[in-house]
Amino acid sequence: MTYFIVQTLNGLFSAALLFLIASGLTLAFGVMRIVNIAHGSFYMLGVYVAYTVTSRTHSLVLGVAVAVGVVAAVGYLMQRFFLRRFAAQPLAQMMMTMGFALFFRDAALVIWGGDPFTLTTPALLTGSMSAAGIVFPWYRLFVIAVSALVGVGLWVLNDRTLIGARVRATVDDPEMAAATGINVSRLSGGVFAAGAGLAAFGGVMGGPILGGYAGMDFDLLPLAFVVVIIGGMGSLKGALVGAVVVGMIDNYGKALVPELSYFTLFAPMVLVLALKPTGLYGRA
Amino acid sequence: MAERKPLGTTWRLAATVGLAVFLLVGPPFLSPYWIGLLTQMVILAILAMSLDLLLGYTGLPSLGHAGLFGVAAYGVGILSTTYHAGFWVSVAGGLLTGIVLAALVGLIVSHVRDVYFLMITLALGMVLWGLSYRWIPMTGGDNGISGIPRFESHAGLPVTGPIPFYYVALLVLAVCSVLMMRLVSSPFGLTLRGIRENERRMTSLGFNTWVHCYLSYVLSGAFASVAGVMWAYYNGFVSPTYLDLTASSELFLMVTLGGPATLAGPVFGAGAIVLLKNVMSAYTARWLLVLGIVYIATIMWAPQGLWNLGRRST
Repeated sequence: MTYFIVQTLNGLFSAALLFLIASGLTLAFGVMRIVNIAHGSFYMLGVYVAYTVTSRTHSLVLGVAVAVGVVAAVGYLMQRFFLRRFAAQPLAQMMMTMGFALFFRDAALVIWGGDPFTLTTPALLTGSMSAAGIVFPWYRLFVIAVSALVGVGLWVLNDRTLIGARVRATVDDPEMAAATGINVSRLSGGVFAAGAGLAAFGGVMGGPILGGYAGMDFDLLPLAFVVVIIGGMGSLKGALVGAVVVGMIDNYGKALVPELSYFTLFAPMVLVLALKPTGLYGRA
Repeated sequence: MAERKPLGTTWRLAATVGLAVFLLVGPPFLSPYWIGLLTQMVILAILAMSLDLLLGYTGLPSLGHAGLFGVAAYGVGILSTTYHAGFWVSVAGGLLTGIVLAALVGLIVSHVRDVYFLMITLALGMVLWGLSYRWIPMTGGDNGISGIPRFESHAGLPVTGPIPFYYVALLVLAVCSVLMMRLVSSPFGLTLRGIRENERRMTSLGFNTWVHCYLSYVLSGAFASVAGVMWAYYNGFVSPTYLDLTASSELFLMVTLGGPATLAGPVFGAGAIVLLKNVMSAYTARWLLVLGIVYIATIMWAPQGLWNLGRRST
């Protein structure tokens, strides 16, 4: 029993990180119809920038803030100067992000070298909680809580504010949204930047445990894609459900059948595709 | 696609003839290094054309195509080393592995389109990469499989050196090109283009678009497997890098840079990328950086591909 509780908590931790990362991917897809290959790069850049900042200033809070800010700015500039001119051309946009993904991958290697590292866990959150025979690290619980808060925040933003209404309108029908006076390209820039920032945030949150290493960008990308494919592209709720499904399956798969860890991930995706090609909460 | 006489037709014709003549008579005058490069270009040209069937003609952007290519190469590698299989068994086994895989993957991907197709093929490609990387008893993991016999000795040919293999590769390219050209101009190929342009219309005309997309995927996988088998023999080893995302994206760029839905364009695209990669490697180890920039530049300035420059896009 204890084993299952700990594994489930571990699965929730993976799900929490995946949700942070995939929510940005799915929002950008919903608004811009863009398959962002560079999303894994945003995650990677987040960890690396945070690493530089924290190793200079020893402040994880500052590291988070700078990483999210820098990566969101990179995302905004990318959207503004490279992607915006290819609006409504999904293939050209995808290839553009592919170019950037390759560029960032190599640039990170040049700037930060190939040595793996982990971010330091904040002093307040080191150690583990133990209750009823279950031992679980505080930091992982903290990440789960933070991700839940972000999820609630995104939901409120999306469902209860004017910005959210504009985003939802654009997801539904970009042309009609533009016709009602919504500045779609500016909104897209904002959403894309926010998505990049969320990916970076996810990277930093995972940083003390998963750390940073060369190749992490392309390691993460299929995971984020599977989450979005399962949940349905463009749906926040889908990202949440997909993240929990993938986080749990990935975690239990690795614990029970480590050799098949890649296949256990891929099975639910095939199942969902066979039954509902647009994903659980996606629209055609 | 409106058939108007495009600008620069003469140039395209001249380039094709020039390339064919050069590929045919050039190699005996070149150093082994350049023959090796040309062999790479020839094999990857087959691969690029196979993706063009899918991406250019059917409009299905596959970002996991290197997976099929790599699995066929692994088929040859495993059969010829672990099982000490003979030449024809290895070749047939490699081809069959790739084709069966394409037939299975095709079942999953053939009913999705556009960006969905892209994301799913990308994820499946990563699964194949993960398999090659982690199924260590079978694939040797990160080390790959080395010690694949030389093509000439394995096939029992009484010749050695890079030249014979080059000409075999060239012959295979010629055969594959003819087959693919026939394919794309056949009624089947025209139906594929129809699906690319307007699937709903094709459905209402009575075409079973699922079957067409499925066959297109399997055929494309078959040609990719041919390239994979050749590639395994060319290098003498196989490793997970053959089927990673970088490989698939290089391949995608070969087709896009060359010009999708032209078949000839991707051949030139493959040549350009191989050449660039090797020339750049003399100056810098930052190939991905260069590749990324070429990607961005292609989309900015030649989104229809070099082969279509000066031609009005439809």
